[in-house]
Amino acid sequence: MEPYVLLLYLVVAFAMFLVPQKIKGVKPIIPALLHFGAFIYFITRIPAISKGTITKQSFAWIPELSLNIEFTLDGLSLIFALLITAIGALVFLYAKAYMKSYEGRSRFYFYLSVFSGAMLGLVLSTNLIQFFIFWELTSVLSFLLISFFNEKDSARRAAFQSLFITTFGGLSLLAGIILIDNIADSYNLSDWIAHAEQIKASKIYLPALLLILIGIFTKSAQFPFHFWLPGAMQAPTPVSAYLHSATMVKAGVFLLARLNPVLGGTDEWTHIIPVIGAITMLVGSYLSITQKDIKAILAYTTISALGLLVLLFGIDTNLSVKAAMVFLFVHAFYKASLFMIAGYIDKKTGTRDIDSLGGLARILPYGFGVAAIALLSMAGLPPLLGFIGKELIYEAKVQSPGLGFLVLIFGVVSNILMVTISLYFLFKVFMGKALTHIKRPKKIDLYYLAGPASLAFLSLALGLYPDFLSGLIEPAIEVIRVEIVQIKLKLWHGLNLVFLLSLLTVISGVLIFLLIYKKNKLLRGWRKLNDRIFYINFSDVFLSGIDRFVGYSGKNTKLIQHGYHRYYILTIILFTSLLLWLQIFITRDWQLDTKFTLQPFYISGLIGIMMLAAIYSAISRSRLNTIIAMGITGYGISLIYLYYSAVDLAITQIIVETLTIVIFVLVLQKLPKFATLSKKSTRLRDAAIALAFGGVMTILALKAIHVDFNLPISDFFIEKSYQEAFGKNVVNVILVDFRTLDTLGEITVLSVAAVGVYVLLKKKTKKL
Amino acid sequence: MNSVILQIASKYIRAILLIFAVLALLRGHNQPGGGFIGGLLAGLSVVYTSLAFSATNIEQKLKIKPAHYIGIGLFIALISVLPGLWAVGTLFQGVWTTIPLPFGSVLKIGTPLLFDIGVFFTVIGVTLQFFFTLSNKE
Repeated sequence: MEPYVLLLYLVVAFAMFLVPQKIKGVKPIIPALLHFGAFIYFITRIPAISKGTITKQSFAWIPELSLNIEFTLDGLSLIFALLITAIGALVFLYAKAYMKSYEGRSRFYFYLSVFSGAMLGLVLSTNLIQFFIFWELTSVLSFLLISFFNEKDSARRAAFQSLFITTFGGLSLLAGIILIDNIADSYNLSDWIAHAEQIKASKIYLPALLLILIGIFTKSAQFPFHFWLPGAMQAPTPVSAYLHSATMVKAGVFLLARLNPVLGGTDEWTHIIPVIGAITMLVGSYLSITQKDIKAILAYTTISALGLLVLLFGIDTNLSVKAAMVFLFVHAFYKASLFMIAGYIDKKTGTRDIDSLGGLARILPYGFGVAAIALLSMAGLPPLLGFIGKELIYEAKVQSPGLGFLVLIFGVVSNILMVTISLYFLFKVFMGKALTHIKRPKKIDLYYLAGPASLAFLSLALGLYPDFLSGLIEPAIEVIRVEIVQIKLKLWHGLNLVFLLSLLTVISGVLIFLLIYKKNKLLRGWRKLNDRIFYINFSDVFLSGIDRFVGYSGKNTKLIQHGYHRYYILTIILFTSLLLWLQIFITRDWQLDTKFTLQPFYISGLIGIMMLAAIYSAISRSRLNTIIAMGITGYGISLIYLYYSAVDLAITQIIVETLTIVIFVLVLQKLPKFATLSKKSTRLRDAAIALAFGGVMTILALKAIHVDFNLPISDFFIEKSYQEAFGKNVVNVILVDFRTLDTLGEITVLSVAAVGVYVLLKKKTKKL
Repeated sequence: MNSVILQIASKYIRAILLIFAVLALLRGHNQPGGGFIGGLLAGLSVVYTSLAFSATNIEQKLKIKPAHYIGIGLFIALISVLPGLWAVGTLFQGVWTTIPLPFGSVLKIGTPLLFDIGVFFTVIGVTLQFFFTLSNKE
């Protein structure tokens, strides 16, 4: 079924352009329904999956290279598919309201549909090459989505930045995949899992792991690649909501989970990944506090959340994976709804600056309610799903082996900051003095609020009855850990260390919040401090690096592509003759045929005349004379052909020579008067090069006589040309029968050359 | 050039060149000749006439433009490789058939000849295109 769902996505995406003008307003409803339908389909698969049935489908593509199209729906992909389709449906509903006033909406819906289809394809693929194709597809489409407002310079820059970084990671990932293919001899994930021990023991395990991790870290915006994600908020808000919650950045986390059974469990895995994750987590939550743009605040908290997910998959215990899977839901729910709320606020108030917002609770009460639930879930307060997630995370960190203590401190600090920023967001935007210039809308903005409200409701409902999630998460953990794990999720865990940590987190978070909320000066000072410490902006460094690279390449390209035709020719001839001389010198086979006869005398005489003509053409001061002299050599060659009974060649040579002379003469009329422009040294240089090339060709010709071909190919043609092609003229038979494809190519090239001459001479181009 | 002798001679030479061109094309499979040579000869006949009169004059009088010759030639050459697919199942495979003629003789005709005709027209077109483009005084 799954491939057909993907096909449907593609069809619907293209159909976006065909929707009649009259019903344009309901256009986003179509993909929303598609997503909803797909969501229902995946819901119906839950019972089968939790019983352990895994559906697989594969189509042969290039089986010789072990490239096949393989789709699998198991516990892990099911969870992601559910998130992608559910949030996708809500995002399209939201986009209906949000994108109302923008031009090019059809294009937007097209991109977004293909994007979600690519993401769905990514989570369902188990052939790694196919997976990589979908992976890159999401990069390219996110580029198109981020640059959707392409009239804005900042949007274009951000889009390019994210494209550069994610495709750089993509290439690295591809290299890693190929390295592992060298060990497992397959691109199929189940083959990889079967060879897991062999892969981990191999010498190229570490390079492969690092390459794949670069792919994952760039995609999931891990430190130090995190800076593209805040830039991505240049995208229309529905995209941000989707990109940050269920797609794109989650692709890296997904891959980390997917490859856990193949690469996980080693020392390298449990040391590199948690460190990067922990740093990212702390950096994200720390930087979120001093942001002013509410979308930027959300973007940095996403970075923090992604760091946390990576950290948990890196710790790689049953508990941590369980915590990661729960937190995946937690984050997707609150982040999608908060982004939608941020866009809603932006649309209603015209600003996203947190300093100029306030008192929105009275103006947008429904938005306030939804945002409050989502923010409290982000802060990890009971009775929301976020609380359960945080408890599990603490539990996993407390029990994590190795770096446990450090990770725990990082986690607690980061969570304190998350509590602070959640509360600050809530109070700054919705409490306090009301903005006077905005009126309370008369209707509930249904399309704006449907999405965030249902996600907030899910956060609350699943927080109260978390065991619904167990059935979903168990099969996923089974896929990741390759063992059966029974889990039980509940809100209240009793009074233990974890709860005490939670209490500590909340109290400290609230305290910091009160400090910066009451004393605005404090936050301002903090911002100033951050500006000073982090005055080097990662994305500026990156962009200037790119600029410098482009400048460097430009300079070097000019050195080689200087545009002087004579030097191109000079370089080619010089290089070729030097290489040939070198080869002759290396073989040192000086056996040359010098026993050529001077009989019959007229051929020797002819050659003498040709040589004289050639020399004359080089030293003559008149163009016409030069051409005539060159003609003499040409006709002479055709006579030699004739003597050795190559009649076809001779005829062709004569006609071509005639035409060449005529055309040369025609061209001459257009040239300026003859003048000696070259210096004597230049001419000496040219003479030397000509001698070098001519000499090597002569020696090659003399040596060629001694080269023995095992079987002259001419015998075959002479024998077969009448038998099989019914022709006695071997040359012609080769041209039109044995080598038809070559001839077809040649006449095509000729035609292209004719077009080229026409364009070069006839078309009036602007002066460069 | 404005030579009366050349102008009058060109009429006959043109006719002879064209006859030779077609002859070379048709007999090419068994004797020296073929589409390439035939095409060059036919192109040469026009070039020769152009030298006697003026190139722009002749170019305007051409019923079929050089570019069209190229197109026709490539099209014929492409078409000629298709019968193989239909008859034998392989592209580019030559297909031959015999047509009985009066007085007991037979004519063997096949797709290689058709292909040669395609080459013939392409070469005419390319030659003339080169020639007229370069002879254009501007």
